[in-house]
Amino acid sequence: MITIDRASKVFLTRDGEDIVALKDASLTIGDCEFIALVGPSGCGKSTLLRLIGGLLPLSNGTITIDGAMVTGPREDTGIVFQAPTLLPWATIKDNVLFPLSLMGKLRPDSKAKASQLLDMVGLGGFEQKYPRELSGGMQQRAAICRALLHDPSVLLMDEPFGALDALTREELTLELLRIWTERPKTIVFVTHSIPEAVLLADRVVVMSPRPGQIVEIIDVPLSRPRSFDQEGSEAFQGCARRIRELIFGRRGARAA
Amino acid sequence: MQPDAIVLPTPAPRRKKAALWRRTQEFWLPLVVLALLVLAWEIACRAFGVPAFLLPSPSAIWGETWAMRMQVLTHAGATLTTVMVGFLVSVIISLPLAVALTSSRMIANAIYPILILTQSIPKVALAPILVVVLGANELPRIVITFLVAFFPLVLSCAAGLLAVPPELLELGRACKASRWQELVRIRLPFAMPIVFSGLKAAIALAVVGAVVAEFVNADRGLGYLIVSATAFFKVPLAWGALILLSFMGIVLFQIVVAIERILVPWSNDNGKQ
Repeated sequence: MITIDRASKVFLTRDGEDIVALKDASLTIGDCEFIALVGPSGCGKSTLLRLIGGLLPLSNGTITIDGAMVTGPREDTGIVFQAPTLLPWATIKDNVLFPLSLMGKLRPDSKAKASQLLDMVGLGGFEQKYPRELSGGMQQRAAICRALLHDPSVLLMDEPFGALDALTREELTLELLRIWTERPKTIVFVTHSIPEAVLLADRVVVMSPRPGQIVEIIDVPLSRPRSFDQEGSEAFQGCARRIRELIFGRRGARAA
Repeated sequence: MQPDAIVLPTPAPRRKKAALWRRTQEFWLPLVVLALLVLAWEIACRAFGVPAFLLPSPSAIWGETWAMRMQVLTHAGATLTTVMVGFLVSVIISLPLAVALTSSRMIANAIYPILILTQSIPKVALAPILVVVLGANELPRIVITFLVAFFPLVLSCAAGLLAVPPELLELGRACKASRWQELVRIRLPFAMPIVFSGLKAAIALAVVGAVVAEFVNADRGLGYLIVSATAFFKVPLAWGALILLSFMGIVLFQIVVAIERILVPWSNDNGKQ
């Protein structure tokens, strides 16, 4: 369980000004829950993700994972970024093994596990290929394998499909749901896409900028397993409409 | 309907030949152009009776240089030694310097102005002074070669080390990588393609640096040969030394390119050079 209690993050700019990237965010995430963070640019969603990952120090408040305070990166957390950021000099398999090798935790069965994961995401024949030989979508699949190899209990995803074309994006969205079903874990997923958030998440956390904060947490009442067929349903549309209102309604009010 | 509107497939051997022709074109075309230019030069020299001490013909250059081939080769060997040692010193010094420059703002602020200073000094003017300081031997030549060659290398190494995507560094931190691991396993390999663009600039500049040093202080080397040959009006020999120098520069550059292809096959530069 992840408990976020009044977490705040203030950045100091080079001019000596304070920028409040995140203000008093509180959220409790259950085990194996799928949470989506949605909001316009600058709402602090990536900051919140990095705070959970221990990549940034908190300015205020606390974050605990399974009762332990997050003070730095934990090995039990996997991260997927918007860009695949694979190592161009290493094969796909070596890329997947890279985090374990950095941590000095390569085991005799690690390679077999990597192959198994790559098979699962449909990259079976590509283990010895180099990243440049793969399409963007395939590279991102490999990046997901890289985050999953040490079987972390928490998976943090920062707009993982943001750089992909629309078709590949839908394909990988379903793929992620399948992986999550096969290997349940807590996922925190940052996205700009409202339909993506609704389709994936158990709960959608809507955030707003200046200062970045949580506006509302919306339960998604869609049944699982999910598919794009549900996009037309009343429940789906209701959630999406509510999120849009929260994001754009506020902006409209500010402009007036 | 016109009968010749039907496109007949080109016979396979001829197509293959055409493909080979196109593929090797970038290699032989410049050679053909060069040969034509040399031919025009030869013809012009003979036709207008240009005296050899003004502009020697290619055949005169070849003749005089070939006649003194052993001495010329010795001089070339001396220059090559200076170039290589100066280049290697540049590499050995530039890489750690770039790592230091990129590791902290304070170190960058401390070192960077001094680097700029070394580049604002005209190396030709510095050479005679260095000879006084370091003595009339190989050392001032290597120092000057180094001073001419190392700067773009430091800049490209630093640029390469800073070009690493921040997410990759975050991944490293998420895996609790030490700073040493981050440098050796992420930053340095990632920097390699950009480092090699600096190495290519550095090897070309090292040849320039070595010749500048030889102009000022040397008893051998192709730079020395050019100065002494022109002093004795052996202009064709000076031209021969000049051509040999260019040839040396091209070969050294291509060696760096070849090493890059082997070590950094993922570089985007490959194939374009």
